[in-house]
Amino acid sequence: MQIYLPIAEVSVNAFLLLGLGGLVGVLSGMFGVGGGFLMTPLLFFIGIPPAVAVATEANQIVASSFSGVLAHLRRKTVDLRMGTVLLIGGLCGAALGVVLFNYLKSMGQVDLLVKLCYVVFLGVVGGMMFFESLRAIRNTRRGAAPKRKKHGWVHGLPFKMRFRTSGLYISVIPPLLVGFFVGILAAIMGVGGGFVMVPAMIYLLGMPTKVVVGTSLFQIIFVTGFATLMHATTNFTVDMVLAVLLLVGGVVGAQIGARIGVYLKAEQLRVLLAIMVLAVCGKLAFDLLVMPAELYSLGTPGAAH
Amino acid sequence: MIRAALILLGWTVLSAQAAAETVVAGLSRDAISITTNFEGSEILIFGAVSRTAPPPPDSVLHVIVTVEGPPRPVTVRRKARRFGIWVNTDAIDVDAAPTFYAVASTSGFDLVITATEDLRQRVSIPTAIRAVGTNVGDQDSFIRALVRIRTAEDLYQFNEGAVTLRDQTLFDTSIRLPANLVEGDYRTRIFLTRDGEVIDAYSQSITVRKVGLERWIYNLAHEQPLAYGILSLAIAIAAGWLASAVFRYLRG
Repeated sequence: MQIYLPIAEVSVNAFLLLGLGGLVGVLSGMFGVGGGFLMTPLLFFIGIPPAVAVATEANQIVASSFSGVLAHLRRKTVDLRMGTVLLIGGLCGAALGVVLFNYLKSMGQVDLLVKLCYVVFLGVVGGMMFFESLRAIRNTRRGAAPKRKKHGWVHGLPFKMRFRTSGLYISVIPPLLVGFFVGILAAIMGVGGGFVMVPAMIYLLGMPTKVVVGTSLFQIIFVTGFATLMHATTNFTVDMVLAVLLLVGGVVGAQIGARIGVYLKAEQLRVLLAIMVLAVCGKLAFDLLVMPAELYSLGTPGAAH
Repeated sequence: MIRAALILLGWTVLSAQAAAETVVAGLSRDAISITTNFEGSEILIFGAVSRTAPPPPDSVLHVIVTVEGPPRPVTVRRKARRFGIWVNTDAIDVDAAPTFYAVASTSGFDLVITATEDLRQRVSIPTAIRAVGTNVGDQDSFIRALVRIRTAEDLYQFNEGAVTLRDQTLFDTSIRLPANLVEGDYRTRIFLTRDGEVIDAYSQSITVRKVGLERWIYNLAHEQPLAYGILSLAIAIAAGWLASAVFRYLRG
């Protein structure tokens, strides 16, 4: 069944969009990532104009994250206090990110920068997670007790706060910085930033994996909601019909994903997420390195040259 | 005085001769509504050649039909290898390129119209694209790329021999408009040619408009962007909550 999208001005198969939404929704519920880093390139691929894809994707992430957060709230795996601290940093970062993005756009080559950002961050984050979780799996197989509660430099900072749900008593500075940094990335790369946030929470802040997912989703709702409003009022690129189709699949998928997540061990979850992140990174790097079939591309004037 | 009258008479005869064959045409539809389930459309363009004198025996009549979507500016970028990766290096801005352009003719394009006449009437696809000179040397390769990319998307169609002409009088062709149409007036032109020269032309517009829900959403997004953004968010939150509630209910 073909559906004409009023803002994107293209006609696409409704079931394809429902399926894509569902698939990304499952991943979102399982890993606590918004799924934007997967969905946005997929939307480009099926012919949605990039500006519309980025803006609409932000709207869809709000829906799937909200659905996911509700599932996590019932299981009490959302650290609302930590989420709020991250959010404060995140909104500041996003605001700076928008300014930075416009500055880079005026300099040109913003497309390339976004792609390089993706490759570098996905590569580093995916690689780190992959090897760390493999080591963790091997250790559990051998029966070695996992090392917990390392006291590093993070624990020596002032302004300590108790995060009961996460079982942490740490300074608010590292979570604020993590939120801020992810906010910048989110604005520049046009994604929720969950794929950077989740590993940062695990490895930098030392939060338990089960709490990380819900907390990350909680923060993503607000950051992407803010992005949706920005895109809708400045660029008019949020396509409601596209968003509805994606989010119907997405919210259902997120619920299924959250259920699947319960049956998987934390290390397995991390290995799977790492593989996925590395796969997307590999695809983007491949596109940059291999000579494209069509050297020319069309764009709207006013964007980067 | 007499000489002037003779010249006037001669001119009248000549112009009557030039207009000896005129085109009378019709379209299967003059308005296209874009609805939610719009899958593209096919328009039938048909007509006849009306004559005041028998056709000249030594030349063949040809018909060219063009349909042109509203022109929009476009940037064409080219990639090149820099430091091992492929990046956009140079670009040209095309002032106005039709968002849709279809050309159909009775025979091979070279036979149907001369290059000068093509330039004058802007019939073929490259002549319909207006680009002013830029500092990039090989502007032509950018224009060719633009045509190539849009042709692959079915937005530019070049169909030699797609117009059928019966008994040098009746002609018809059908042009398929793809689903990814832009709103606006689509100019349809019909040319009659002999020996590569245009002897008559006819033009009519097809209006392409979004209607119903499509219209409403588009207008809201542009006239009330904040309300539209909040509505989009509300839908997202509601859908997220609904899915969560439904799944909780299903689980018991």
